[in-house]
Amino acid sequence: MITTSGLTKIYRAHRSRGREVTALDGVDLHVREGEVYGVIGQSGAGKSSLIRCVNLLERPTAGTVTVAGQDLTALAGRGPRAGRELRQARSRIGMVFQHFNLLSSRTVQDNVELPLEILGKSGKERSAKALELLDLVGLADKAKAYPAQLSGGQKQRVGIARALAGDPKVLLSDEATSALDPETTRSILQLLRDLNRQLGLTVLLITHEMNVVKSICDSAALMERGRIVESGTVGELLATPGSELAAALFPVDGEATGTDRTVVDVTFQGEAATQPVISQLSRTYNIDISILGAAIDTVGGLQVGRMRIELPGRYEDNVVPIGFLREQGLQIDVLGQEPVLLREGAK
Amino acid sequence: MQPLLSQACWDTLYMVGWSTLIAVVGGLPLGVLLVLTDRGGLLQNVVANKVVGQVVNVARSMPFIILMVALMTFTRAITGTTIGREAAIVPLAIGAIPFFARLVETAVREVDGGLVEAVQSMGGNTWTIVRKVLVPESLPSLISSTTTTIVALIGYSAMAGTVGAGGLGDIAIRYGYQRFETQLMWITVAILAVVISLIQFAGDYAARSLHRRAGQSGPGPRLRLLKASTATSKTV
Repeated sequence: MITTSGLTKIYRAHRSRGREVTALDGVDLHVREGEVYGVIGQSGAGKSSLIRCVNLLERPTAGTVTVAGQDLTALAGRGPRAGRELRQARSRIGMVFQHFNLLSSRTVQDNVELPLEILGKSGKERSAKALELLDLVGLADKAKAYPAQLSGGQKQRVGIARALAGDPKVLLSDEATSALDPETTRSILQLLRDLNRQLGLTVLLITHEMNVVKSICDSAALMERGRIVESGTVGELLATPGSELAAALFPVDGEATGTDRTVVDVTFQGEAATQPVISQLSRTYNIDISILGAAIDTVGGLQVGRMRIELPGRYEDNVVPIGFLREQGLQIDVLGQEPVLLREGAK
Repeated sequence: MQPLLSQACWDTLYMVGWSTLIAVVGGLPLGVLLVLTDRGGLLQNVVANKVVGQVVNVARSMPFIILMVALMTFTRAITGTTIGREAAIVPLAIGAIPFFARLVETAVREVDGGLVEAVQSMGGNTWTIVRKVLVPESLPSLISSTTTTIVALIGYSAMAGTVGAGGLGDIAIRYGYQRFETQLMWITVAILAVVISLIQFAGDYAARSLHRRAGQSGPGPRLRLLKASTATSKTV
């Protein structure tokens, strides 16, 4: 649904010619239709530039952006101003913002009607659509209120209703929950998830909160210094040895109790989660296993368990039991071992 | 004495009313243009911005009494005369356009850039952004700016009185200064004080009720800012 290839954005300070900041450094992103895709990274990683390049609020220095089969970078027109075709394309992409960006001079309903005014819809059509959308986001009773009279979560609901006014197939979310408290964040994420399911809306969101990715994303990408360093569906990420995202999505703590111990992170997914593998391991090899940390959770609608266990002896002594765990279809990460070595050990 | 004063009052209001109207009609687009053409603006044009900015600066820093004299040929070309209240409207309006434009520029610049971005993301063009975002969102500030301009124009109109434009300033100078009729002078001062207070009050009330309509209950930071601007406008 959204594809970027080789997307590059370089900012030049206008007076000093030499100084350049590379915000995006060849980003290839692919968001499938109907999925919720999260891009996570620290501030300054280039997330904001990325999402602004998708609807060309920022003009990429190089690379292409395709949304719903339409190459937006080809529509760009000259100079900083957007041509008519690009503006039409933008009206089919909804966007919600961290600070809501509602017009304080308009009522809630008039805010939701704004995109429809731009599309040239008649007054009757506009108010019918606006009221329908406000009902959808649960704010039907606030139509005549002004944004300043609403709480943060309600403002974001209005922002979402407004973003949906043009019946977009794609919704861009720019840190939509970063200004909200945890409780409100949950309800807004739930709303986005519901809209994604009900309307088949494709959602691309950027965030710095791992929780957001954990609770609603089907796929995720990790951004660092203008590049995407990891990406894939949540399942794929969890199955990737040494994946930073997987570890961050599913943190397990616990330190080794001595130097001659092997610490292993075991990740269970789906079927494997139901097998009593630890007790089997213990019985088969007659070893004592201590559990340092464990967690079971649902990530992107997937039942996932992660456990950090400690085996007596060094890694070399435990190659066979670790091999046994791998045979059970579990994802194994041995702490202190490079992923490459791990793969050799598997052979 | 009474017909004299009421005629003077009417003349002042006539001059100030028309010149305010022209100043708003001319200054509003000019001020918006100054924001749009600035670096990073929607219609970035650095050369045009610098030129217009410079013209505004020069016109604004010109002492009004000199501007009035300098514009005499222009005034005659438009109104056919250089004396009387119609003639005074020309330099008053021309003096007030850049003054108001700068105030508009400041007010419009304070509109959150995120709102502009939001409307761009909906597919709005620059004209839509001006009409639906920049002007309505800065309306309370624009009303305060208009009040400030009216009060400044009342001050200018007194100077226009010195070249035969009539009005309260003219009375104060001719009777109060040249004839030592102190009583009449004090009456004009009192009338001016009342008129200015009324205008200021009406302007503040309008600006504040717009804020309140936007739901900003209680003296929030923006309201305090409004009061601060009220204080400065009184010193004009």
